[in-house]
Amino acid sequence: MIEILELAVRGVPTGCVFALLAVGLVLTYKTSGVFNLAFGAQAYVSAVVFYEVRKEHEWPLLPAALLAIVVIGPLLGLLLDRVLFRHLRTSGSVAKLVTSLGLLVAIPELVRLAFGSESKKNPPPLWYVERTDQWLWPEGSRFVLDAGQVTTILATLVVVAGLGVLFRSTALGLRMRAVVESPRMVELNGINAERVSMVSWMLSSFLAGLSGVLLAPLFASLSPFDFFTLLVAALAATAFGRLSSIPLTLLGGILLGVLQAILAGKLPTDSILANGLRPALPFVVLFALLLFWPGLRSARDAADPLAGVDPPPPPAAASIRTRFLTVGTRAFAVTVSAIGLLLGWFVLDSFWLGLVTSGVILGVIMLSITVITGMGGMISLCQATFAAIGAFTTARVVDSLGMSVIVAIFVGAVVAAAVGGLLALPVLRLEGVYLALATLAFALMFQSVMVPLDWVSGGTTPLRVPRPVIGPVDLAENRAFFVLAAALLALAGALVYVVKRGTTGRFLDALRGSEYAAASVGISATRAKVIAFSLSAGIAGLGGGLLACFYGAANYDQSFNFFYGLVWVVLVVTAGARSVQAAVISGLGFFLIPEFLQRLFEIPGRYVADHPDLPAAVEAVLRTIKPEYSLGVAFILFGFGALTYAKHPEGIIEVQTRAALRKVMGALDRTDRSQPTPATDDARPPDEDPAAPATDDDARRPAPVRTGGAGVP
Amino acid sequence: MSEAQALLEAERITKRFAGISALEEVTVEVHRGELVGLIGPNGAGKTTLFDCLSGKLRPDEGDVRFDGRSLVGLPVHRRARLGLARTFQRIELFSGMNVRDQLLVAERARHGGGSFLRDAVGLSRPTADEIERCDRMLDLLGLTPDADRPIESLSLGRGRLVELGRALMTEPKLLFLDEPSSGLDRRETHDMGTVLQAVQERSHTAILLVEHDVPMVQRLATRLYVLDAGHLIASGPTREVLDDPAVRAAYLGVGV
Ligand SMILES: Nc1ncnc2c1ncn2[C@@H]1O[C@H](COP(=O)(O)OP(=O)(O)OP(=O)(O)O)[C@@H](O)[C@H]1O
Ligand SMILES: [Mg+2]
Repeated sequence: MIEILELAVRGVPTGCVFALLAVGLVLTYKTSGVFNLAFGAQAYVSAVVFYEVRKEHEWPLLPAALLAIVVIGPLLGLLLDRVLFRHLRTSGSVAKLVTSLGLLVAIPELVRLAFGSESKKNPPPLWYVERTDQWLWPEGSRFVLDAGQVTTILATLVVVAGLGVLFRSTALGLRMRAVVESPRMVELNGINAERVSMVSWMLSSFLAGLSGVLLAPLFASLSPFDFFTLLVAALAATAFGRLSSIPLTLLGGILLGVLQAILAGKLPTDSILANGLRPALPFVVLFALLLFWPGLRSARDAADPLAGVDPPPPPAAASIRTRFLTVGTRAFAVTVSAIGLLLGWFVLDSFWLGLVTSGVILGVIMLSITVITGMGGMISLCQATFAAIGAFTTARVVDSLGMSVIVAIFVGAVVAAAVGGLLALPVLRLEGVYLALATLAFALMFQSVMVPLDWVSGGTTPLRVPRPVIGPVDLAENRAFFVLAAALLALAGALVYVVKRGTTGRFLDALRGSEYAAASVGISATRAKVIAFSLSAGIAGLGGGLLACFYGAANYDQSFNFFYGLVWVVLVVTAGARSVQAAVISGLGFFLIPEFLQRLFEIPGRYVADHPDLPAAVEAVLRTIKPEYSLGVAFILFGFGALTYAKHPEGIIEVQTRAALRKVMGALDRTDRSQPTPATDDARPPDEDPAAPATDDDARRPAPVRTGGAGVP
Repeated sequence: MSEAQALLEAERITKRFAGISALEEVTVEVHRGELVGLIGPNGAGKTTLFDCLSGKLRPDEGDVRFDGRSLVGLPVHRRARLGLARTFQRIELFSGMNVRDQLLVAERARHGGGSFLRDAVGLSRPTADEIERCDRMLDLLGLTPDADRPIESLSLGRGRLVELGRALMTEPKLLFLDEPSSGLDRRETHDMGTVLQAVQERSHTAILLVEHDVPMVQRLATRLYVLDAGHLIASGPTREVLDDPAVRAAYLGVGV
């Protein structure tokens, strides 16, 4: 018993940090509706700043802590609110989620650009004592906490007490509490919700900074991944607090820390449970809470008496296009693909061919996002996991059954589809952000429980996947493999296309438009969504198996890390979640853009080398541009790309296509007018056809039919 | 009304929301082919009753029988396939689709949809027969000129007609209409009434109509139910009910 207590006490400090993160998350969620997945990245920023000034510049503790926590933290929050989230107040929750995903991808890379990419070892603690075991408290007792842990607990207590005072005794705090309870009511009462949102962003960002600096010494070196993983752990605490109660959130965080510590102490160290379950505990808890914690999902609807008079959500991205546009883009896509194939076969050297092939294969995986997000309207953050399942299955089937590799890839796809369908059954009760979080929890559970297992991934040596031989064609040859990849991409693309146009696609469109209305004509939401989930997982599995085959091994960390899954979603929704072309382009872009950037960034260096007589200042500036920045800059571009999603949910590619078309039509129109022809109605460009006023502006405007009818007697 | 058994029998439906009692033991019957009105002041619980009957909400107590079988526990889409359809007070159309597609989806869903395999081999495009049925419905509702327009560009009145058409495509035995004239001007309201009459004559669908527009109710409904604050306060032939002093006090008196 005493031993358990002892372990429990040891878990309290970590639990406190979870709680700090979780409370910060709840603050912004309730005041601005943003489920800020970039919160961990914000914590990382402060941790890095603290590291830099303390270790590199040897500032004294106090100014360093003040700068990192009290200045940088809130400043970042202010910036995010002003520049981004303030303008998203009326956007849907998915747009907000995508925006925060974009930040999650971009922020760590920005930090790396600003502070260098060398690993930051032994982060400094937020207390004076150099060695943590020197100051134990209470002395001589069995319940020992070191200085760091005491600092953490004290800091948490101070912060929570401070929040309590703020909420209970100040006018601003009262308003914030009101916003937290019912944002809509508050707005109708004329309270300036913008100011409240700004303050809460600064406050929550301060909490991010504080927990970042407190957390840092737990790790051997600072890595944004660790911070993100901790954030997901903190999500479990927010779920425990039903995304609204701050005391419950605090309790949830501490409980989680305690539970983790007890498991760590009690489980035999070399058991599967210890190696798999313990790190996965927060994700398992999150997953279970999302599914089973009463009041979590419906809290908002039941408590907000104004839910019924809220303005309807903006209509889904325009899917109605003029025939001309459709035919035009299709012809263009076919031409470009044909040219691409010829280029791949005849022109590209082996390096570029390899990149393009990877991109083509990734295009298959990206198509899985087209299905789940574009057609199904759901954000899934575990597509990389499905790809990994396909890859591992392929490797295992080839290895132990000696099956043909091509067949094995399809077996992998089927297994992934089955897992997707099974996951869908419980998860589909969730919506929007909750669904995204559940898939994220699933991805992390898979990563920490399944991936380390020998029989899944081969443990430390990735499983080998040989290249297939089809009849006389040996696919060990890269050009042949390129053609295989392109063929499978075409197959997957065609499948997605016909399903989108078929019954399933139409039903999913209807469900996205209005789930209740769709059900009221007899459409089963569960059936349609399970199909979408399975199809998507299957396609991801197909791509995963193919990728493993191309690389010769199913390497989880290199190819299928859950984080890639996030980046891929960001890329696809930015480019256009509903179009097959956008998926293919984003697949290629993921591999080609960093490479192009690298070539670009090599230019200044070469220029300096060729021109030794440059002025020193110019040379210094040119030398700051280094080729090794390319990957980071590419990720920053990807992340910032996602920020356009809220404005253009139909995707950049669709927007560009339409803009280009309008330009072409404009030009045609002008030539028409300069050579007067008898104007007939038929000769009018489809854009002006009164029967089909489907320009993008029309489709984005809130539907007049949905705004006029609310409760007018 | 001569049939022995009613098409819909909802018995003692009770629904409470966190303390508010939205429906208290409400009992409603609808027979085949009849048009019954359901009136009551704002917040009386009319929409809540529809939600309970169509399966969106689970009543706290009460039993719903439809066409001889109990509906308790069935989800919305299963009830729809049994022949229950509805329109919505806050119009709910499928955004991003054109008018004909709204109807085509409903037509396809009538039988529970197609198989995924047919989709995968590209065999599930709308058939000529389906398109023709939709076009006939559009014609009946006077929506033919709008067939290819995106629903976002329709007026509210036309939107309500599309909703009606979509519900009718499922060939319902019973149709719930939630304030079909709400937000329409006088002429549109009149036209809506005419369309409803035509629909009912043609398809012999039973209709339960929630409506604030008294002239329209008088014109269409043979019987009325009156809800007030979750309680059924009157029911009977339209004329009698409208002349009932208690109804006038609860409803007509409170300025409509
Ligand atoms: N989801 C809900 N949560 C809490 N209360 C609700 C909910 N839905 C309805 N109510 C309440 O139930 C009561 C009945 O509402 P309902 O919408 O059924 O009225 P109605 O008769 O349709 O009114 P109207 O004529 O305005 O459409 C109202 O007091 C309403 O506030
Ligand atoms: Mg109503």
